[in-house]
Amino acid sequence: MFKILKRKALKPTVTELVIEAPLIAKKAKPGQFIIVRPFEDSERIPLTISSYDPEEGSVSIIFQVVGGTTMELNSLPEGGYVHDFVGPLGRATEVEGLKKVLVVGGGVGCAIALPIAQELHRLGCEVHSVIGFRSKDLVILEDEFAACSQKMMVMTDDGSYGHKGVVTNAIETLVAEGNQYDEVITIGPLVMMKFVCLTTKKLGLKTVVSMSAIMVDGTGMCGGCRVSVGGKTKFACVDGPDFDGHQVDWDEIINRSGMYKDFEAHAREATCNLLNKEVQ
Amino acid sequence: MAVQFNMDPKKCPMPSQDPHVRNHNFNEVALGYTEEMAVGEAKRCLNCKNKPCVGGCPVGIDIPGFIHKVAEGDFEGAYQVLSSSSSLPAVCGRVCPQETQCEGVCTRGIKGESVGIGRLERFVADWHRENVHTDPQMPVSNGHKVAVIGAGPSGLTCAGDLAKAGYKVTIYEALHVAGGVLMYGIPEFRLPKDIVQNEIDGLKKIGVDIETNMVMGKVLTIDELMGEYGYEAVYVASGAGLPRFMNIPGEGLKGVYSANEYLTRTNLMKAYLPDSKTPIKKSKTVAVVGGGNVAMDAARCALRLGAETVYIVYRRGKEELPARREEVEHAEEEGIIFKLLCNPVHIDGDENGNVKDITCIRMELGEPDASGRRRPVEIPGSEFTLDVDTVIMALGTSPNPLIRSTTPGLETNKHGCIVTDGDDGLTSREGVYAGGDAVTGAATVILAMGAGKHAAKAIDAYIQNKNKKA
Ligand SMILES: Cc1cc2nc3c(=O)[nH]c(=O)nc-3n(C[C@H](O)[C@H](O)[C@H](O)COP(=O)(O)OP(=O)(O)OC[C@H]3O[C@@H](n4cnc5c(N)ncnc54)[C@H](O)[C@@H]3O)c2cc1C
Ligand SMILES: Cc1cc2nc3c(=O)[nH]c(=O)nc-3n(C[C@H](O)[C@H](O)[C@H](O)COP(=O)(O)OP(=O)(O)OC[C@H]3O[C@@H](n4cnc5c(N)ncnc54)[C@H](O)[C@@H]3O)c2cc1C
Ligand code: SF4
Ligand code: SF4
Ligand code: FES
Repeated sequence: MFKILKRKALKPTVTELVIEAPLIAKKAKPGQFIIVRPFEDSERIPLTISSYDPEEGSVSIIFQVVGGTTMELNSLPEGGYVHDFVGPLGRATEVEGLKKVLVVGGGVGCAIALPIAQELHRLGCEVHSVIGFRSKDLVILEDEFAACSQKMMVMTDDGSYGHKGVVTNAIETLVAEGNQYDEVITIGPLVMMKFVCLTTKKLGLKTVVSMSAIMVDGTGMCGGCRVSVGGKTKFACVDGPDFDGHQVDWDEIINRSGMYKDFEAHAREATCNLLNKEVQ
Repeated sequence: MAVQFNMDPKKCPMPSQDPHVRNHNFNEVALGYTEEMAVGEAKRCLNCKNKPCVGGCPVGIDIPGFIHKVAEGDFEGAYQVLSSSSSLPAVCGRVCPQETQCEGVCTRGIKGESVGIGRLERFVADWHRENVHTDPQMPVSNGHKVAVIGAGPSGLTCAGDLAKAGYKVTIYEALHVAGGVLMYGIPEFRLPKDIVQNEIDGLKKIGVDIETNMVMGKVLTIDELMGEYGYEAVYVASGAGLPRFMNIPGEGLKGVYSANEYLTRTNLMKAYLPDSKTPIKKSKTVAVVGGGNVAMDAARCALRLGAETVYIVYRRGKEELPARREEVEHAEEEGIIFKLLCNPVHIDGDENGNVKDITCIRMELGEPDASGRRRPVEIPGSEFTLDVDTVIMALGTSPNPLIRSTTPGLETNKHGCIVTDGDDGLTSREGVYAGGDAVTGAATVILAMGAGKHAAKAIDAYIQNKNKKA
């Protein structure tokens, strides 16, 4: 059992939890994730470590309520406990030696991108950030990104906040303004990352993506998280989650991520009824 | 007491659930001998002077010794004999490949059927669990600490033996439950999970700490365990969990699983229960690729999860199937269709990216290969297609890279297996021992258990020696 030290609703469907996990806090690096089970009978789901405090012995996660398990997680109070919390898993994002980087986050993917942007900033790298959301009421972590970026663009699909448009528009704008980057790091929905990669390929920019594959164990045992990268089978939980975005077989992974759509819809409804909570 | 021999050439049959009933439930298939059956079967043992059976058992259980006690009706006495060499008799009695081990060399097997050694072992262990409820004695501490990585049969055995010798043992396990393959891989209908849990609870009672949710190499390294944590030795029993794929077209489609994922969802996450929160595909027609125990388990789970047709696709012949004979027989009785001497070439999907069919090619057996088995070769132009909506790859596994990639100086071979010196399990690092599937690659429960026993002895000797010198 792992104690919830703090709970903060960032948006109606986006929550931050600070969990007491001293061993994980000591080892965590930007880009790594944990696997959590809110209750004894819950599914195991991966969530990225959004920040960590080795002194306090705590690890933060920021998650979007999308289905059954995230609803369960969202139902837990401050001072309560999650049943299982395992990590830090996956390889850390490679940040050494980068001079100028464009970080592109989409939706709750911004929570995953933030610690990477902060780490780059701490290492003296020039950071430009593009964060994209569907609309104004979903914007998160704007101040945090502003604090670690030399340049930032907030995009909304409907133009209700920041610039109107998708993140790829912003990438094109920044490059047209004469910015050159050692690397683009992008994290968000699979479809967004696919389009970011198509754009950066055209622009000749090396791009690292964080793959949100479906996971069970997170230790390299089930193969459920496999991704085809450069024609080879890789396991996102141990070989990733970061991969060269231009090598990823996007259509395959987008297809696979929809494997349990029907079950998830049912589970969402069942959990919703169970927790008797209105979620969006 | 003189025992009258039972000269029946046949083994006492195992009472089992009817195949057409059991293929719809997850309850145990084999129901176990009654006391009368056990005594009757025990009387078939000839108490041979040269005891070939004992040589066939990887841990050298005194087989005629325990069987003689059963014949006398002294079941607890039989248990004591068993438990002096085995720490998991209830498990091994159920899952050992007896036909190639103890029973394969039994004298009674020459003219007729061998003695049902595995079945008797299971009976004795079950009898003990159900009838003897004395709490084990807490061993006297010797003040030394040992860490074990992985709570599969190998790690549990090593931990148990060390704890009995007075060591303070902590097992670090990556998953949220202990038991390794016994919990996440082998299904309930073959090895009920409360039997495994009972063994684990027994270890806790003698003071073994089990820390779950600890992925070693990530959260702590071996160097930290032996440094700031003060463990004098570490036993690595992290198994061989990394699944292989064929790298054929279509393996990325929706509906293609590794057997590990399919079995983990089913067993560990209990996807077969109606209220499980972990999803698994509802399949109609399934092809399982492979011929080992893992393939049989996946196929039989698929049937129980509601599939109407389940194929086993295996590239060699029936004689070569590496699974336990009993599992093959059970699978056949339950209606699994064997496509032998066939190998998949590609998997095709429908417009939504779901598996639609699998194309296989027929094989024939050619010259023997390095392993002595005849090598299957493709028959050109013999491709055929099976309509399936799910494909499960059960092609074998190799050790996971997490430990070797985070432990400097730990020697491994080209398959990723940890290299050890002789029987002791000593690795290239002082104080670090290893055993089970992490060393041998995917093998058997009894070998993993045996390796744990050897390593416990070696670790005890190492620590005692070191302290004598100091
Ligand atoms: C390495 C990694 C890091 C992630 N980090 C974050 C994060 O920091 N914040 C965040 O909000 N989300 C993150 N996700 C996504 C998060 O895991 C899913 O939103 C969550 O599993 C949904 O579970 P659910 O039961 O609530 O929803 P469901 O209704 O079960 O699923 C909704 C969608 O989530 C995805 N999903 C479902 N089950 C899994 C699973 N076991 N593993 C991975 N994806 C799954 C599927 O695409 C599915 O369509 C991450 C995913 C990965 C792989
Ligand atoms: C489906 C299936 C059916 C089988 N059927 C049979 C059978 O009928 N008869 C038979 O004799 N054998 C059978 N086997 C083989 C047998 O189960 C294995 O040989 C045996 O379990 C190996 O034991 P082990 O302790 O070495 O490893 P495992 O049982 O694999 O246990 C290793 C443990 O270590 C943990 N671990 C791994 N990495 C780490 C890490 N970094 N940190 C912490 N913990 C870690 C794992 O989570 C696991 O719990 C079967 C195997 C499978 C998969
Ligand atoms: S442990 Fe296995 S090989 Fe040894 S006697 Fe028992 S069933 Fe036979
Ligand atoms: S070989 Fe068979 S008959 Fe002989 S002692 Fe062993 S079990 Fe008994
Ligand atoms: S999540 Fe199971 S292998 Fe990656």
